[in-house]
Amino acid sequence: MALPLLSRSLAGLLVESSSITHQRTFSVSAVAAAIQKMTRVRVVDNSSLGNTPYHRAPRVIHVYTQNGIGKVGDKVLLAIKGQKKKALIVGHKMPGDRMTPRFDSNNVVLIEDNGNPTGTRIKVPIPTHLRKHEGEYSKVLAIASAFV
Amino acid sequence: MAVCGKGLNKMMFSLSLLRNLRLRNERFISTCLCRLSPHEEPPKFTPPSKPVIVDKTQTVASLRKFLSPEFIPPRQRTDPIKFSMERKDMIRRRQVLNIPEFYPGSILAVTMSDTNAAGKVSRFVGICIQRGGTGLGATFILRNIIDNQGVEICFDLYSPRIQKVEVLKLEKRLDDSLLYLRDAMPDYSTVNPDMKPVPISPTGEVPFNDIKVRMRPKPWSKRWERPKFYIKGIRFDLSLTTEQMEHAQKWAQPWREYDMLKEYDTSELEEQIFNEVQQNTSK
Repeated sequence: MALPLLSRSLAGLLVESSSITHQRTFSVSAVAAAIQKMTRVRVVDNSSLGNTPYHRAPRVIHVYTQNGIGKVGDKVLLAIKGQKKKALIVGHKMPGDRMTPRFDSNNVVLIEDNGNPTGTRIKVPIPTHLRKHEGEYSKVLAIASAFV
Repeated sequence: MAVCGKGLNKMMFSLSLLRNLRLRNERFISTCLCRLSPHEEPPKFTPPSKPVIVDKTQTVASLRKFLSPEFIPPRQRTDPIKFSMERKDMIRRRQVLNIPEFYPGSILAVTMSDTNAAGKVSRFVGICIQRGGTGLGATFILRNIIDNQGVEICFDLYSPRIQKVEVLKLEKRLDDSLLYLRDAMPDYSTVNPDMKPVPISPTGEVPFNDIKVRMRPKPWSKRWERPKFYIKGIRFDLSLTTEQMEHAQKWAQPWREYDMLKEYDTSELEEQIFNEVQQNTSK
């Protein structure tokens, strides 16, 4: 448990030191894994918090599930711009069931504590099986631009 | 008598002229026949032939001999009855749903019902990057880039949720698996969702596209230069040095192709299953 964490932090250090020189030639996170603690994510709504550039990518610091693995429709806690903020997973790299979309990035939408979205528009397509959580996140679904 | 003969000659000439004209242009049917020969009876009216309208947007059923790859059972000890039963089910499904011929690299549109929104359907257009699975569990992956976001959907070919499978562009590529498009420049996997189907010729060779893609800078999701992938559709010269390419050859296993135990000649089996499928579909 401690070893991967250590290696990850080491890798992070390396990245920060070499980010000025050129693009890195190694990947620092698992490619096709579900969302867990320390996963870097992409904020896909138009909230100012998620869109202003910051030297540190938003990271998941907690997943609100029984097993600590986040899939589409799960709530996570993000460390974003030095703040703690809740977010909803709306797509991940890991392939899910058949007939459900797989995305090229781990996408989240920032939400307030009461479940309302922070932004006013989602810029990328949203998986339709998020509609299972219709009652809970109807406001998130309402601001989506497209479904796949 | 001579005058009459002359008139007849004239008549024949005008008729042949008319036929020529008609050949050139369907609509040009002149009424000058009456004026040319006023004494003769007007010839019997023949209605113009019905115009044949060829709708090029409609895809025609392929006349090529094609067996979908999931019909061929894998080489294993499983009871062949299992595969024959699955084949029966697959044929029954194909009688309801038209599953056309397609290959990795073809552009497809799949209409499927949405389980979470009752009565609604969703249509996904994308390039087929892989076909997998055998029997009823056959799958294919469609990839597209929507709003600068790469999206892939893995469809079950025989899923009851699928309502329609259309081939918008029939094409073959250099490789059987185009999973490397995930790491290629995004324009190679971008497909317009409102694309009109490209007319397919029902006979002859399948169009072959020998495009080689430019990759994004490393890291890639897999080391595509390694010999086990044996990928021909990437321009490695743009992203890797010759030393790196030579280094990748360290993992080559050139003796594998001579392994006779791995040989699996399906041509006979294919013929047999093709005949079986043909018989059952015509029933």
